[in-house]
Amino acid sequence: MATLNPEVTRTAAPKRGGLWEWITTTDHKKIGILYGGSAIVFFVVGGIEALLIRVQLATPNGEFLSADSYNQMFTMHATTMVFLVVMPAAAAFTNYFLPILLGARDVAFPRLNALSYWVFFFGGLFLTVSFFVGGAPDGGWFGYAPLSTQVTEVVRMDYWALGLQIVGLASLLASVNFITTVFAMRATGMTLMRMPVFAWMALVVNFLLLFSLPIITVGLIQVFLDRNLGTVFFDAANGGDPILWQHLFWLFGHPEVYILILPAMGIVSEVLPTFAKKPLFGRSFVIFSGIAIGFMGFGVWAHHMFTAGLGPVAEAAFALTTMFIAVPTGVKIFNWLGTVWGGSIRLATPMLFSLGFIAMFVIGGLSGVTHSVAPADWQQHDTYYVVAHFHYVLVGGAVFGLIAGLYYWWPKITGKLLHEGLGKVHFWLIFIGFNLTFAPMHILGLNGMPRRTYRYPEGLGFEFWNFIATVGSFLIAVAMLVFFWNLYRTWRKGEVAGPDPWDGRTLEWSISSPPPVHNFDRIPVVEHEDDFWHRKYTTAEDGTAVAIDPPPVFDTEPDDNIHLPSPSFYPVLASAGLFITVMGLVYVPWGLIAAGAGVVITLWGLFGWSMEPLTREEH
Amino acid sequence: MTAETLAPQTQDDHPDMNDMRKIAMWAFLGSECLFFGSLITTFLVYRTRTGDGPSAADLFDIPFTSVSSFILLMSSLTMVLAHHSATRKDWRQMRVWLVATALLGMVFLSGQVFEFTEFVHEGLTVTTSPFGSSFFVLTGFHGAHVAIGVLLLLTTAFHSYSGRLRQGEGMNVEMIGLYWHFVDIVWIVIFTVVYLLQV
Repeated sequence: MATLNPEVTRTAAPKRGGLWEWITTTDHKKIGILYGGSAIVFFVVGGIEALLIRVQLATPNGEFLSADSYNQMFTMHATTMVFLVVMPAAAAFTNYFLPILLGARDVAFPRLNALSYWVFFFGGLFLTVSFFVGGAPDGGWFGYAPLSTQVTEVVRMDYWALGLQIVGLASLLASVNFITTVFAMRATGMTLMRMPVFAWMALVVNFLLLFSLPIITVGLIQVFLDRNLGTVFFDAANGGDPILWQHLFWLFGHPEVYILILPAMGIVSEVLPTFAKKPLFGRSFVIFSGIAIGFMGFGVWAHHMFTAGLGPVAEAAFALTTMFIAVPTGVKIFNWLGTVWGGSIRLATPMLFSLGFIAMFVIGGLSGVTHSVAPADWQQHDTYYVVAHFHYVLVGGAVFGLIAGLYYWWPKITGKLLHEGLGKVHFWLIFIGFNLTFAPMHILGLNGMPRRTYRYPEGLGFEFWNFIATVGSFLIAVAMLVFFWNLYRTWRKGEVAGPDPWDGRTLEWSISSPPPVHNFDRIPVVEHEDDFWHRKYTTAEDGTAVAIDPPPVFDTEPDDNIHLPSPSFYPVLASAGLFITVMGLVYVPWGLIAAGAGVVITLWGLFGWSMEPLTREEH
Repeated sequence: MTAETLAPQTQDDHPDMNDMRKIAMWAFLGSECLFFGSLITTFLVYRTRTGDGPSAADLFDIPFTSVSSFILLMSSLTMVLAHHSATRKDWRQMRVWLVATALLGMVFLSGQVFEFTEFVHEGLTVTTSPFGSSFFVLTGFHGAHVAIGVLLLLTTAFHSYSGRLRQGEGMNVEMIGLYWHFVDIVWIVIFTVVYLLQV
């Protein structure tokens, strides 16, 4: 196989994977691995929370959890899975692969990138600490006022409001960084329309983050001030309006849904062409649909609020926009089907998960469209039907897509192929377990079982399907154990992947596995969409791909002036200061002393940062 | 590290660092639009919900706020002059204009502190009514942005003595300029929507 980068041994970094090196790293690949590792750890935490919920609901009148701990579990399950699993998992792939896919040596601002990770890390830590200091947040991940604003259990929702604030700040910094990376760091010839679809979806996601996070930031500030300073933003008794919180939350929360799903759509758009040996069908349509979803995603938020009493005009308008947003999503589904149609398909594990993604996402998408019909939604609102819907799009959709990406890119990241047999076992177990868990919830919901209630009485017809759902959830757990075993086994004795195990199409497969520190010996000059494919194959008269034989030899003389960012201690210092600040803010007023100290540390970090010389001198 | 830490040279196909920082600043300001947009929207929802407390018409002293607004707008002019001096590499004059901008910003801030104190004396605090909460939080966050801008201006003026920034300096001033003008523009919106339209 042709590689642009055969002499990787020359540049292999000396093996010095010390803890300090990881803490101070500014290498986008290492930061990507940190994001990914954190996401997996939090996935286990959030998964255990889910299993506890399912054990409680397995039988009527469950005695396993108290109402109080049940509230903490569903709040933290959602918060963890959304903010600490799916978002960082997507950030992991974006970090690791966006620069490589664009033909760059790093992101635009490597130290800012490290700061994003460490702010996220301390935000996750902060949310987790809450379990050990008097109870985790218990007001729902949506934090509706007055659940979030009443000061009964002193600090729980402070942890939630501040924790989300920090994790949001991390994503905001990352979005500025990635957007700049896309606009300024593309290799010669990598025009916007030649960018791989994953890079496109990452770009759309980061614009969504950029514009939606400030809205929730304002909302969370208002919640925090209501709790701690006595403002009356959401205090109905004093003229405040709790519905305003719902608007602010969902004006962020619905773009957030696309923030969760678009990276998975990008991954699937990379995996399907590779394993069907065909270019992505209607590639520019897929890209423009992603952009359309991004725009329209800001115009549908009130469909989460159909039962809040918005009035018929608003409800009709949001019902229509919600139906419309299904159009670009449907376009993508057909493009993926068109890609697979007539291809020479290899059913490797990434492909299985991608096909699973399409099937499950269609189900979740269709049940989503049923919510757009406001009168029907009044019946479904706050029932398990909604739970079924969003788990089909977020687990069957986003998580399946991310796992597909993990199997697809694991050999590139580690240099070793995950075991195919175990991968297939993993897929089928999770596929069956997932459907056993969440398909029955459609029935439960339509039969009237409400969400977020910690027990249900006997004789309402909920027993059977709840039991099945619990069995299914443990099957998912078993599937994940198989997956972790696969990771461990591969780490011990995995098959060496080589630079291009899947006969890939994009630039990451042109370099060694794992990639050298500087990614590319020579910054590639891009001439086609799927450029690497066109370096390996030419098209015959009848349109079939013909491998170029012998593989072309590329100029591998490395650039003699490669600069990489030097490691920096300041990002982690500034983030630690932020952690101390928010810890202090939870315990107003005496905690303000700690908060002050935290601010000083953060400023110290930022000041040291501004004085630290760049690798690249400006003169 | 091996061959990676190499000579500090600009590379042909490596993008211009200055351009990248400008893109990043524009992206950040885009985000800030939504931040202030949400705060202003909250205020508009609550503008008449004054409860038992004073209303906008009872409190606002338009001539006073007009003067402080004018001062803040003038600081945009001095900011432009600072940037102009920086592009001509006239560091001494650049420092003068940077400090002038910071001083004008501080005058604006003291006006805001005065105004807040007055309002509190007349019975409007953050806890009085949704109107009070949203007014103070909106204008307070704007004031915080001005204060951060003042810090950045003074830091840059201070930095310019050390000579550390020499060539990057013009761009540093341009970045702060973008931020400063943005904060001024937000104030134009706040002054119009929060003050002029409510009395």
